[in-house]
Parts: sequence; structure tokens; C-alpha cells
Amino acid sequence: MLTAIISIGLLAAALGLVLGYASIRFKVEGDPIVDQIDAVLPQTQCGQCGFPGCRPYAEAIARGEAEINRCPPGGEATINALADLLGKEPIPLDEERGTTPEEPLIAFINEDICIGCTLCIQACPVDAIIGAAKQMHTVIRDECTGCDLCPPACPVDCIDMIPIPKKLDDWVWDTPKEKLIVEPAS
Amino acid sequence: MTLHKLGHFHGGLHLDDHKAESTGQPIEPQPPGKELVLPLRQHIGHDAEAVVKPGDRVGKGQLIAQPFGDISAAIHAPTSGTVVAIEGRPFPHPSGLPVESIVIAADGEDRWAQGLPAPVADFRNLSAPELTQRIREAGIVGLGGAAFPTDAKLRIDKNSISTLVINGAECEPWITCDDMLMREQASGIVSGIAILQHILRPMETLIGIEDNKPEAIEAMRQALATARLDNTEVVVIPTLYPSGGEKQLIKILTGKEVPSGGLPLQIGVVCQNVGTTFAIFEAIVEGKPLIERVVTVTGDGVQQPHNLRLRIGTPISAAIAAAGGYVEGVAELLIGGPMMGVALPSDEVPLIKSANCILASTPANLRRHDAHPCIRCGECATVCPAQLLPQQLYWYARAKDHDKAEDHHLFDCIECGCCDYVCPSHIPLVQYYRHAKGEIRHLRKEKEKADRARIRHQLREERLAREKAERAARLAAKKAALEKKKAAKQDAGDTPDPKKDAIAAALERAKARKAALQQEKAGKTAQESNESP
Repeated sequence: MLTAIISIGLLAAALGLVLGYASIRFKVEGDPIVDQIDAVLPQTQCGQCGFPGCRPYAEAIARGEAEINRCPPGGEATINALADLLGKEPIPLDEERGTTPEEPLIAFINEDICIGCTLCIQACPVDAIIGAAKQMHTVIRDECTGCDLCPPACPVDCIDMIPIPKKLDDWVWDTPKEKLIVEPAS
Repeated sequence: MTLHKLGHFHGGLHLDDHKAESTGQPIEPQPPGKELVLPLRQHIGHDAEAVVKPGDRVGKGQLIAQPFGDISAAIHAPTSGTVVAIEGRPFPHPSGLPVESIVIAADGEDRWAQGLPAPVADFRNLSAPELTQRIREAGIVGLGGAAFPTDAKLRIDKNSISTLVINGAECEPWITCDDMLMREQASGIVSGIAILQHILRPMETLIGIEDNKPEAIEAMRQALATARLDNTEVVVIPTLYPSGGEKQLIKILTGKEVPSGGLPLQIGVVCQNVGTTFAIFEAIVEGKPLIERVVTVTGDGVQQPHNLRLRIGTPISAAIAAAGGYVEGVAELLIGGPMMGVALPSDEVPLIKSANCILASTPANLRRHDAHPCIRCGECATVCPAQLLPQQLYWYARAKDHDKAEDHHLFDCIECGCCDYVCPSHIPLVQYYRHAKGEIRHLRKEKEKADRARIRHQLREERLAREKAERAARLAAKKAALEKKKAAKQDAGDTPDPKKDAIAAALERAKARKAALQQEKAGKTAQESNESP
């Protein structure tokens, strides 16, 4: 009886030491779940979720402080991916946060009207607008995330959100319009 | 002649070859039309860069767009004339989207440009890199249909090639341009092979031709016998679709299999189409850049199916007209063959370098049926030359389960159409795979863009934080400097200040003077009082 207690006790102590050591030796810096959530978010950095960027939103989700349905640019796909990742049920998008755009948009600066005030440059979360004070500004198309933060910043209203110009590289075959000629059995 | 032991690939189909329709007449050279449209994208890789501008006069064979980057191809003026525009024009592609194109109005003189590279009398005097550069400058791409820039396939380490495969299989029904070229230009093709051998130094060269082309086989054998190339032979292979696929032909001829997602180069093989080989001959020996190609204009939808030698940039409608025009009730126009070709929305698109066949069909020749549900018969897996499981891929593509589709090697599908052809339920399988491939590529791009945005946002945040810290530091430094000055002022009480000293000294002097004056005054009054008692 005593031997059993002692041997189990020793075993527990030894394993406890190993675990204790491992927790120090293999400590994970940062929160890996935040990275995983952040990887699923669309990175528009638009702030429509109410947080200043995608990462803060990811952190809030990880802490359980925010629902997974606050990202309009990501839409249903992002909600499903988050639900899948976190083992939750998918829920419909929070309409108060905005609606998912039909097709991705990017900002376009009408260069004839631009006065070179740099306000949009300051508003852009991904530095996708180039220009300098009293110089014309322009959008780097490939880097614009379509966050919609620059149009309100413009004092002369020269920024429009336009659909991404269609290019052959981005063209994808449609799925076949399969018309099944066998009526489902009623 | 040695007997060559043939390998074989999985699956494949015996199809009605429909070759006789277009092999009755010789290849017919065609004059350039009035307007030629040269899209800057006619090849795999980066678009070419235009080096002419609207209004420029160009000669036949003049460079009008140069390659941009390693994998890209030059484009030359197919005839003499004037550049009238560089603008988006319809393009032979199922999307119907326009592509930036150089439009040339022909002047009818068809006059060669000045200063073109001179023909090379003996290519053996040139090194491999020099020849490869000449091929690049001539804008040569794979003419079998893929349009991969040829020079990119030739820029390799010396002595790494065991087999050079020349693809004359031409396995797809209806297409006969390679067959006719081998019949008529066998000696030119063999010269092209000699140039490739000089560049690549392969141990052996195998020319694969399907056994349904006896004239071409004979012509090539005779040309080879005349040219006396070492370790080079024509290998007759059984007619089986798709034996002309690069990986399939390599398997038949060498028994080696190209690894999944890999290139033939990894197993020491380079494969070139006979049309490409002939273009190399023309570029090096005759000094002609790639400005025309042989195209099979055929199908039961044209009056006189035959092979035409057409300038690149000729409208497809002109090619059809040269073949006697459409028959009544033509229903479909394909670029490429019936198995792998894509339907064109219109015939007002230009001929591009990769176009080997223009196929017009009447409803009688179309296999268009409504799809039934999959009955899981497994026929598709039996015929798949890439040894895939088309049925599984179909389910995954339909359900948009992209990870699973990739796990089942979706990207090894060569879109040959065998599974489509045998499917008893007529499910358009290949289109599902094309859609899934496109979708996966698109999602990958989106992911890359999101990753870039994340990094840019992070960097911006860091920059803003740094700027804030720097501003704070600057303010703090300024404040500190002010404080220091103030402190210095207070300290001045204890230590002598030259200014103060000067003032003090001046005050002293003034005091002394005043005292002296007073003393003088006092002395005077004393004297006066003494003098007047």
C-alpha cells in the first residue's frame, strides 16, 4: 500500500517536473489562435467591425469579446471559415456593420480634381496611395484593399470606388450550367 | 534502322481521325490581309512590350514588341505597313475579353524591313547561347498549341539532356498542319533538329509520329537519311489519343514518366513540336522571324477544308474565307481541335501563334447533350491518360472542395477531354476542372494580396509608432534644452558674468567720477569760503 503511494507520488513528482520544465522551455510566444484567426480575415483593414484593423478584431474574437459575424468584406466565406476554425456555428452577417459588396472594389482618384492635400494618404491603412503635399496623388491598384476609408477623407470628393478592371489573368471558367434532365423522384 | 521498344501511357482513346478531309491539297500560302492585329499576349509568360507607336511605318519582319522578362516572346510585323493603333482588341479566348494589341494597316507591298539579322550560313559556328538568343529574338514559341517561349526551354545546363523528343504525333482529330508540314518541309524540320541538337547535345533524338501518317513518316525518314544525323530516328507510334501530349509522348518514346507537377527537363528530356522545329530552321538558316504559321482550317462547317500558311494577326474570318467560307447552318467555331479546343464567341479575332487549327462544325458534328447524373461507372478513370480519378475530381470541383481536389492532383489534369468523351451521362467534366483550377489560382492570388496587405498595414503601424516616438523624442530634447538654459540663467548669480561685470565696472567708474566731481566741488567751496571770511 505504502509502496504504491510512494511510487505513484514519485512518478507524479517526476512528471510534474518534466511538465514544468517543458512549459518554460517550449513556451509559445504570442497567441497562436490570434494568428490563425487573422489569417482567415480578408485584411482590408477597413475597421467596419469596430476595431482598428483586422488583427485587433482577431484578438477580440480570440478573447471571446466579439462575434464572428462582424466582417462585411469577408462575408459568408469568412464567417464559415471562422466558424470552422473555432468550432462554432456559422451565424448570419451583422447587417449593422455593413453589407458584403457584390464584387471587389478599389479606390480610384480622379487626378484632374485632386488638390494634393495628402488627407487620403493619411487615411489609407495599407499605404496604397502615393503622392506628396500639393502633388497629385494616385492609388496603387494592386495594393488597394477596397476598404473605403479614403473617399470620406477627401475634401474635394475626387475618390470613387470602382470595380477592379477585368483582366484576362483573373478570368475564370464558369461552372457548367448543368441541366439535369432526370426529374427528381417525387 | 533499330527497333525501338515503345512504352505506353494509361488510358487513351481511339477516335475517328478525320485527317483525310484536309490533307488532299498542299499547304496554301496566303497573302497578308488589309489589317493585322497582333495581341501582345500570344504566349505563356509575361506580355511583350510594344516598341512602336501609332503612325510608325514598319517593314515585314520588323520587331514591334520585345520580350519582357525571362519567359516572354518577341512579336514582329507580319507585313509592311503602318501601325494604326495600340489598343484593346478582341482575342481568341473563351472570355471574349480584349487584349492590348498592335494594329497594322498593310501597305500591300509586303516589303522586308532593313537590318534584320542575317541568315546564318553554318550554325555550327555559333555557340548554344548565341543560337538561343537568336531564337528568342525571332519570337519563337511552342507551335503545338501551348505557346511556351522556346528559348526558355533551351536555356539549360550543358550535358543534362539525354533525349530530345520531336513531337510529330498530332493525335487530335481533324488537325493536320504538322502532318502536311512534315510531308512538304521535312528537310527544313531536320535542319531545325540539327540546330536543336547543336544547342542541347542530347544523347539521342526521337521523332514520334503516329502510324496514321505514312507519307509524313516516309518524308521524314528520307530527309534524315540525307542529312545523316547521329543517333536520330523516326519512331512510329500507334494512333491513340492523346499520344501527342508532351508527357504521354515522352512516356511512349522513353518509358520515363514526368513527375507530378514537374517538367520533362527533370528527367533529362526536352520536347519540341515539329512546327516549332521548322520555325527554328527558318529563324536561323533563313533569318526569318516567326510571322506566319501553318493552320488547318477544317470541319464540316467550311466548304474546302485545307491547310493554309497564314500571317500571324490575320482575322479568323479571313482564314475561313480562304477555305471557301462557311457551309450553311454552321453552329460552332473552335480554335484548336475538337477535344481540347475552345469555342470562339466570334470570328473577328486574330490568328495567334498558338492556333494550330480552326474548326467549324455543323450541328450534325456536335456532341452536345444534356447531362444526366453521374452513375459512377468509372469509365472516365479507365481512359484518363494522367491516371487521375475524374469522378472524384468532379465531386470535389462541384462542391468547391478545393483542398481535396488538389489532393487528388487536379493540376496534373491535361484537359484532354477523354473523360468527357466517354461519360455516358455527358457531364462536362473538363469544364468543371477548368473552373476549379481557375478558382484555386484566383483564391491563391487573393490570399497573397491579403498577406501583402497585412504586412503593409503592420509596417505602416510600425512607421506611425516610430514617427510618434521620434516626434516625442524631438519635443523632449527641445524642452530639455530650454530647461538647461533656464537653469544656466539662475546659476549666473554665483558665477561672474562678463556683461554684469562690465555694467558693474561702468557703474563703479561713474560712481568714482561723481565722487571726484563732488570732491572738486567741495574743495572749491572750501577755498571760496576761506578766501572770503
